Amino acid sequence: MNTRTYVLLPAALAFSGAAFFSGCKPKQVVVAPVQSGVAEKVYVAPGKHDEFYNIVSGGFSGGVAVYGLPSGRLFRQIPVFSQHPESGYGYTEETKALLNTSYGPQFWDDQHHTSLSTTKGEHDGRWIFANANNTPRIARISLQTFRTEEIIEIPNSSGNHSSPFVTENTEYTVAGTRFAYPLDDEGSSPDVPINTYKENFKSTVSFVAVDPQHGRMNVAFQVLLPGVDIDLARAGKLKSHGWVFFSCYNSELAHTLLEVNASQKDKDFIVAINWKKAEEYVKAGQGRKSRTKYCHNVLDEGTHTATSTVKEEVIVLDAAKLPGIAYLMPCPKSPHGCDTDPTGSYIVGSGKLAALIPVFSFDKMLAAIEKKDHEGEFMGLPVLKYESVLHGEVKKPGLGPLHTEFDGKGFAYTSFFVTSEIVKWNIQTLQVVDRQPTFYSVGHLTVPGGPTTKPHGKYAIAYNKITKDRYLPTGPELTQSAQLYDISGEKMKLLLDFPTVGEPHYAEAIPAALVAPKSKKFYKIEDNRHPYVTKSEKDARVVREGNVVRVYMTAIRSHVAPDNIEGVKLGDTVYFHVTNLEQDWDVPHGFAIKGLGAELLIMPGETATLKYVPTRVGIAPFYCTDFCSALHQEMQGYLRVSPANSRVPLTFGLGDTAK
Amino acid sequence: MHPISRSSSRLCECLRLVLVIAGAGGALVFTGCGSREQAESAAQAAPKPEEILARTPEVHGVEVKSVELTRPLKQDWVAAGRAIYDGKCLACHKLTGDKVVGPGWAGVTRKRQPVWIMNMITNVDVMLEKDAEAQKLLEQCLVRMPNQNVTVEDARKILEFMRHNDGES
Repeated sequence: MNTRTYVLLPAALAFSGAAFFSGCKPKQVVVAPVQSGVAEKVYVAPGKHDEFYNIVSGGFSGGVAVYGLPSGRLFRQIPVFSQHPESGYGYTEETKALLNTSYGPQFWDDQHHTSLSTTKGEHDGRWIFANANNTPRIARISLQTFRTEEIIEIPNSSGNHSSPFVTENTEYTVAGTRFAYPLDDEGSSPDVPINTYKENFKSTVSFVAVDPQHGRMNVAFQVLLPGVDIDLARAGKLKSHGWVFFSCYNSELAHTLLEVNASQKDKDFIVAINWKKAEEYVKAGQGRKSRTKYCHNVLDEGTHTATSTVKEEVIVLDAAKLPGIAYLMPCPKSPHGCDTDPTGSYIVGSGKLAALIPVFSFDKMLAAIEKKDHEGEFMGLPVLKYESVLHGEVKKPGLGPLHTEFDGKGFAYTSFFVTSEIVKWNIQTLQVVDRQPTFYSVGHLTVPGGPTTKPHGKYAIAYNKITKDRYLPTGPELTQSAQLYDISGEKMKLLLDFPTVGEPHYAEAIPAALVAPKSKKFYKIEDNRHPYVTKSEKDARVVREGNVVRVYMTAIRSHVAPDNIEGVKLGDTVYFHVTNLEQDWDVPHGFAIKGLGAELLIMPGETATLKYVPTRVGIAPFYCTDFCSALHQEMQGYLRVSPANSRVPLTFGLGDTAK
Repeated sequence: MHPISRSSSRLCECLRLVLVIAGAGGALVFTGCGSREQAESAAQAAPKPEEILARTPEVHGVEVKSVELTRPLKQDWVAAGRAIYDGKCLACHKLTGDKVVGPGWAGVTRKRQPVWIMNMITNVDVMLEKDAEAQKLLEQCLVRMPNQNVTVEDARKILEFMRHNDGES
């Protein structure tokens, strides 16, 4: 193919990283060629499968989206923190409890980062962890069912941004406070003037233990920190296993106009937490039992039903009073990303306003701790000397470094928001070896396996904040976007743009071979322990319990049983417990009834429940909403609703029994 | 949702392999995939059950190649077969000869070879793609018989229950 395709390239990038753009999108543009032949690298022929799953945060959609790489095709939106009408998530009686919090049910949240479970620092293909930023929570999603199985609220925190990054063997998934605030603790006084920030506002980082067998989560302990804004985190690995590194901004402790007031100091911190030391303190009973309230919601695989429990206690370790848990490493200019390399030797800080990238050495950090090589103290915590812990700085890499991923071949890839580019550099020599523009204003980036000890390499994906002219316009609101780069050679090559759901923040990509073979095809009807399951059509029935009417309904291609129901009255609450009797892959049935704005989408072998409170007398038709067979249109039925005082007996039937 | 199983093409590949093996061993006789002519001629002159038994080309898949029938019926299998029927078959098949979604079961063990019945349960996607009699039933019923993921052992128990339903003892 000789066709030359032209794309827009920020002109200044061609010269140096000193380019500065006043807006989010470059003003000056030139046209640069994209190499031909790239289409073959992203083309996945019909019926063929992608090589990687890309598990992408859904931002303000509140869920997680799953794409294939290299095609960029969207496979699934996994509802997590937001209701999802398409699947009934958050509407069905079985899933409502997953959205419980101590503030009551939350039907939306802001989902920023995904973290895939690891064993010995490598992807194990078991779970996705996802954070909620607004009302602090962590969710665990099964990579067998691609469903949310558990959500735990994080007490004593707000703005759960530096989350849900996992430790080397998924011992913990972590959380941290981005918006320092007075704790929820019953012993504290949350009703304080905002201008008492310095005295009353605190931050915590939480270590949420993950059961190695079932993945069940439990807030093991929290570390109390000064009221800085904890931003991002990465666990140590290999030699640095046992530590987690959190970046923070606002060491100025500002509470208003942070844009200016939290950008005063030359350096903020990376907070190094020794969690093994913290575990010792917990074991020795040195933690304070904080009385608080938070919800723990768990989906039971056998009953297909979530339950919510309120927990009232969490262990808090005060880092200022318990030496050896927390050390501060000065990091220039409001650090954002905080990433550890595959060997666990280096911690890369990324100052949002910096024109360099500091790379810290774990060995030097340990030596500085050993020698008490402090340059001072911040709110009771030791501050290590910058020069003593520094491996080196990447000079003039670009403007506004945000995040760094690794290819396992000694190179790091850092995203630059302000100069809108990905910069590849050598971890040892700190030399920049390549840079490629992004379109536009990249935030996070992903290399498959990038945060693990064994990156899979091959691609880098940029998640952009602005798309402007990249796609057909759709009014004022434009699609969010990702861009795929080939990083297998010396120079990165842009291969593909693809739109994303919500605002994509962080994402991880994992080889399909680690996930696809374990994917669940259907729920075995024999294993269904739902309290209202109907395992045979002959058991389909309607039962009145006072004002509650329970419909034990079955669905199979292409009818529901029963499909004629009479004797329901105004004032009744009707529960449709629908069991899908199919036992084959990809044969869901749907269920909806006129006058109720929600549906069930029931997987084969599953039972799901819709609560329906009739509001008027008459016939309410119901039907299957998911095209299931040639006679899908006929998969329908009627519910008769009579006045409250009527004497219509409760009857039900199907076929002969309905005549 | 796709009405046609995604795995059917893979099954067909397996099927071809089985045909070759079976042909070489001479254990079963296949006349190949049911052709349209065969389907049409079968539809025109409704044959008697014994005629179907004698001349219907049967195309089996990978699951079941032979079935051993014994007498008397194994009553524990009859009971187990009935339980599986209740959960996985009853919604579409009555025990009388009446068609609901699929054909009623009365007389099925006299109309069909046991191997055909077993494959229709365990290997329905291949049967619907290759077997003329199965295709004919789909033309009549219009709903693809679901693969209910019944094991070969459980299918054998269902067959025992069908024999019981047909008056065998």
